Amino acid sequence: MSEILKVTGISKNFGGVQALKNVNLTIHKGEIHCLAGGNGSGKSTLIKIISGVYKADSGKIEINGKEYRKLTPMDAIMEGIQVIYQDLSIFPNLSVAENIALNSELYSKRKIVNWKNIKKIAEESMNKIGISLPLKEKVENLSVADKQLIAICRALVSNAKLIIMDEPTTALTRKEIKKLFEIIKKLQQQGVSILFVSHKLDEVFEISEKFTVFRNGENVITDSTVNVDYDKFVFYMTGRKIEEDFFISSNKEEQPIFKVENLSLTNGFKDISFEIYKGEILGITGLLGSGRTELALSLFGLFPAEQGDIYLNGEKIRIRSPIDAIKNGIGYVPEDRLTEGLFLAQSTRKNIAVSNIDSMVKSNGTVDFDRIDSALEKWKNELSIIMGDKDDPISTLSGGNQQKVVLAKWLETNPKLLILNGPTVGVDVGAKFDLHNYLRGLVENYGIGIIIISDDIPEIHKNCSRILVMRKGRICSEVINTHTTEKDLFSLIVNEESFIAKEGQEEAGI
Amino acid sequence: MRGLLKRNEFYVSLTILALCFLIQSKSGQFFTGNNLIDLARSMIIPGILCMGVLIEIISGGIDVSFPAIAMLSMFSTVKLLLYVDYKGPVIVAFIIAGLIGLVLGLINGGLIAFLKLPTLIITLGTGSIYLGFMQAVLKSRVISVLPEPISKLSKSYLFTAHNKELGISSSLPSVFILLIVTVVLVYFILNRTMLGRGIYALGGDIIACERAGFNVARLQYFIYGFMGGLAGVAGMTRTVLTGSCQPTTLIGFELTCIAAVILGGTRITGGHGTVKGALLGALLITMVSNSLILLGVPTYWSKFVTGIIIIIGTGASAYQILRQKRKLNASVFED
Repeated sequence: MSEILKVTGISKNFGGVQALKNVNLTIHKGEIHCLAGGNGSGKSTLIKIISGVYKADSGKIEINGKEYRKLTPMDAIMEGIQVIYQDLSIFPNLSVAENIALNSELYSKRKIVNWKNIKKIAEESMNKIGISLPLKEKVENLSVADKQLIAICRALVSNAKLIIMDEPTTALTRKEIKKLFEIIKKLQQQGVSILFVSHKLDEVFEISEKFTVFRNGENVITDSTVNVDYDKFVFYMTGRKIEEDFFISSNKEEQPIFKVENLSLTNGFKDISFEIYKGEILGITGLLGSGRTELALSLFGLFPAEQGDIYLNGEKIRIRSPIDAIKNGIGYVPEDRLTEGLFLAQSTRKNIAVSNIDSMVKSNGTVDFDRIDSALEKWKNELSIIMGDKDDPISTLSGGNQQKVVLAKWLETNPKLLILNGPTVGVDVGAKFDLHNYLRGLVENYGIGIIIISDDIPEIHKNCSRILVMRKGRICSEVINTHTTEKDLFSLIVNEESFIAKEGQEEAGI
Repeated sequence: MRGLLKRNEFYVSLTILALCFLIQSKSGQFFTGNNLIDLARSMIIPGILCMGVLIEIISGGIDVSFPAIAMLSMFSTVKLLLYVDYKGPVIVAFIIAGLIGLVLGLINGGLIAFLKLPTLIITLGTGSIYLGFMQAVLKSRVISVLPEPISKLSKSYLFTAHNKELGISSSLPSVFILLIVTVVLVYFILNRTMLGRGIYALGGDIIACERAGFNVARLQYFIYGFMGGLAGVAGMTRTVLTGSCQPTTLIGFELTCIAAVILGGTRITGGHGTVKGALLGALLITMVSNSLILLGVPTYWSKFVTGIIIIIGTGASAYQILRQKRKLNASVFED
């Protein structure tokens, strides 16, 4: 097989921080190569060097056998390198056809728009991967998965020989991931190489033949996927052995810290009853649309329940708004921290203070910055948050560290109950393990209750002492983690016996 | 049909039709030749300016300096032509005004492209400077005796309609052609050129626009330069229509035009908008200020009614979208 891309000895410095140290990467024609590594391991920097956005400090880049000293973005495109960024870089306001064809029309230096040509290009490109989306539909009306397909089609139009996908599965359901993988395989058959950047291990094993792992900006290993197993891979990524044991709740008091009875909400959930004790991590799981997220939002007052009662330490409370929830000591870490959990353009310092700003004031009513700084310092140490200056925008932190700040923000309010919705989405395996351990310590040492809502089955199975499975807006079973297996839990979630079995399995990707 | 209820154009068209028939049934004067001509005449200035505003808002920007550009271009051109006692073809007046406007617009574009500040802030600043320059340096005042070629054009009409019943007549000025040319030109740019698609792309996502290979700075130069040039021409047209050069004549027009464009379904956040919609919006606002009197409503109510129409017109479609977003969509299994 011929080499499409060969980079050797690449180093890159950003103002004293060594982002890449002497790394190598070779990709052959028609190869699916996975680039793995934790947050901040240098994956994104390398992508930007390959696509000509950054210039390497030293090292050699060869594309299709030709060596480039100064690779520009246009050079990379002309050589058939296409990057699909995590944000997809598509235009929500334009039609499907235009999104697919616009770039290539621009490269051809056209001045007048040829709508017939645009339609033709879009159709041909969609045919290549066997999909068909309505050409005239505005892209903003499509799902994330469809938007991703459009980005792939656009890459194909520019005669891509190597498509680099940066964390393409983050926002996809399992069913959509399965479809994406089929398309990647199809592209491979057509001789297109794929560089698949991910930190999700199961995906690496499922899709790629070869992999390269980066850690702290250095090559750790390049090998065939068949030569490694899960544990070995985790070791390469984190540099340590990670084995999660079962969490077993230690203290179980008579009275639950939090209890709901017959909670119902139209188009959300029905007859939900459960209780949670001090020192317990309760898991709530279910498929997308099972009502799990709706329940979480409702407990935090965003969609108040229409019927049913809520008790905190045996006292009946009302939660009509997030303010009620916060007053009663309930914290909520949302599913999408980027849009719901953080003020991305604001500093880390401000983000950590925001949920507890009422207590961060001096007696004269002005903001007490010293108090905020001491809170920041405390959580930075306790959660080992890696961050730059406290006044830098929080968007400069890596995903795992951002999530720690969201958590710290709520811990600062001294919550009695913490609800975490998808706490480790987009967080790499090492940081994930740390976060889980921290949550376990939290319930044991501070005597609070935690509810984890997630569809990450191993996460729920290992970390939640009790698990509620939701289906069609109801709780359909309750299990103790040590009394069940991942496989059984999975069957409960998709409900294999019932009439919705087929639909559910498809959704879950089996 | 799908999505029709979510489109502003639909509601604006309905309101226009309703207003037409209401005025007709109350006064019997709406569908008369002279009223329609008056309406067309009143459409010229807002129509031309709205085309520039449409482009700006589609690109994700906004501009409040164009009335100042229009007035400064118009005033300095008239003054210049009087000074040299110009007697040649009138088109030169439009070209000079257009070029002055273009330069002023390019200043806006340059500041926006380099400082990357919000366009509202930049144009608030430059608009004030342009206006102040005209008042302080050029010592602006009303010029009632226009250069000969311009005053000649003021009396040039395409055709005239007589209303025998009321004994009045209205004529459509020749400069109406400028509105048609502008509309056709902007439609062509937006829908048939890569430049136009770049403007939509810019309004959709500026980072994606850069990554796709568009030259964002060049797009911004075009957008604000075009608006400036258009404003210069519109200013001169205003002088032709009123038969005198009043350096305050367009103050407040920025809000009227932005309102008209938004009413026509253009999203203030950028990326969406059509020539058809903007024209409908301009027509509705012109009708309200022009024809309300035929309903027996005094003209000083026109601002009030315009405001109500803006709120209802944009609110109706926004409410439809909001209602859809608020719905939860878990499927609950009922017993």
